[in-house]
Amino acid sequence: MKVRVAGERGLLVEVEDLETVHRLHAALRELDPPGVVELVPGYRTVLIVADPGQAEALDELAARLPHLELPPAEAAAGATVEIPVSYDGEDLPEVAGLTGLEAEEVVRRHTAPEYTVAFLGFSPGFPYLVGLDPALQVPRRDTPRTSIPAGSVGLAGNQTGIYPTASPGGWQLIGHTDVTLFDPARDPPALLAPGTHLRFTVAT
Amino acid sequence: MIRVREPGLLTTVQDLGRTGLAHLGVPTAGAADRRAFGLANRLVGNRPEAAALEITLAGPELELEAGGWVALTGGRVAAEAGGRPVPMDVAVRVEPGEVLRVGSVSSGLRVYLAVRGGIDVPPVLGSRSTDTLAPVGPPRLEEGARLPVGDQADGDLYRQVAPTPAVDPEPILRAVRGPRDDLFTDDALRTLIGVAWTVTPDSDRTGIRLDGPELERRRKVELASEGMVEGSLQVPPDGHPILFLANHPTTGGYPVIAVVAGRDLPEAAQARPGTRLRFRFVPVAEAREAAGGAPL
Repeated sequence: MKVRVAGERGLLVEVEDLETVHRLHAALRELDPPGVVELVPGYRTVLIVADPGQAEALDELAARLPHLELPPAEAAAGATVEIPVSYDGEDLPEVAGLTGLEAEEVVRRHTAPEYTVAFLGFSPGFPYLVGLDPALQVPRRDTPRTSIPAGSVGLAGNQTGIYPTASPGGWQLIGHTDVTLFDPARDPPALLAPGTHLRFTVAT
Repeated sequence: MIRVREPGLLTTVQDLGRTGLAHLGVPTAGAADRRAFGLANRLVGNRPEAAALEITLAGPELELEAGGWVALTGGRVAAEAGGRPVPMDVAVRVEPGEVLRVGSVSSGLRVYLAVRGGIDVPPVLGSRSTDTLAPVGPPRLEEGARLPVGDQADGDLYRQVAPTPAVDPEPILRAVRGPRDDLFTDDALRTLIGVAWTVTPDSDRTGIRLDGPELERRRKVELASEGMVEGSLQVPPDGHPILFLANHPTTGGYPVIAVVAGRDLPEAAQARPGTRLRFRFVPVAEAREAAGGAPL
């Protein structure tokens, strides 16, 4: 574990792998340290942000971090969520061409793994998923689309993801889901959270 | 109610922003210049969390249907109501039906307009702020929109002009090194604090894009995306830093060489395109002192 300073009211805690990120995030949420207003996981880090008036509280926390007891991985793991997808995306034929797979095989390989939500970012509720079949790695589109509808499911590099809200983007679109990933009127507003397990299924 | 006759270039509702939701990808948003925002609320006796309007470069025309007390702070701007000039940094009375016309910002970039009682649009996820990056919170002001005025005032009105520092044409911002300073060459670190950086026109509430020499990395390693704080100086592959403001994304994939002290973010938020910014490194303790010690 390495604790880095991120300005006068931030600590960036670097750990060895994603599982430890989620265990540390769970431990810190449970600890609920005084003065801390945000806990933001990344692939290898948890960012701790303090209220501007209580930044001194970070010094004690930084000293305590290396001795913090982390919950076992099973306890830190989130729920499993199923996302039914209609695999009718505009770029599915191109993805089949790029990967050398039949479209049905692309769908089979996309629905096979159990993915983990590494963290959310880019836009509210947008999941960064790990677990994509390496055979489905395709480059981004040469020209990003100016607007991608909410619920679009796409591929880019070693990533697969779902657009929670309409936004521009360069991902190859293979389908869409009717599941609402982000709704400000809901509590919590995001369907997914860091550590959530996720499966794509073929919508019927 | 306040009726929007002209929205201005970019006028949004802002308060202290949304906290506690960054792990779900929800940006904080809120006023970019929190010092000027806080002063505007205090002048009209509002509570600190009351929402105000953030005006960018060219101001709106607003009809205060029921009248009210208003205060303008931040970047310098000429304004008038009912034919009378409206001075800045003081509570001013606007009579029912009078139109408040806010002109073009002559120095700085953002002006705050507080109304006694606060702008009472419905809060979304604990804040009334317009998020200019994500579809969260009220829309930016549009012609014909009507904004309710709330009852979030429990203080006195300030009838004397509050002393405020002039907008610094070439501010020097204090910054704490890291968290990824070790990915950059010593030369890059010297360059960051050694030159004046020019604010480019594609800057917005998300961040200020800076033009200057290229900041070189020690190694060309890909950084795994990680959480970002306000004030981060993120360096994309072109080597030109981006200074993250209030509406920055919660995570980013480029390394942060240094983080600007919270106390100096108001100066950053007022830097219009063409402004030259400088940085100097300070220890964490000094950045904290700066944050706690300065009166508004």
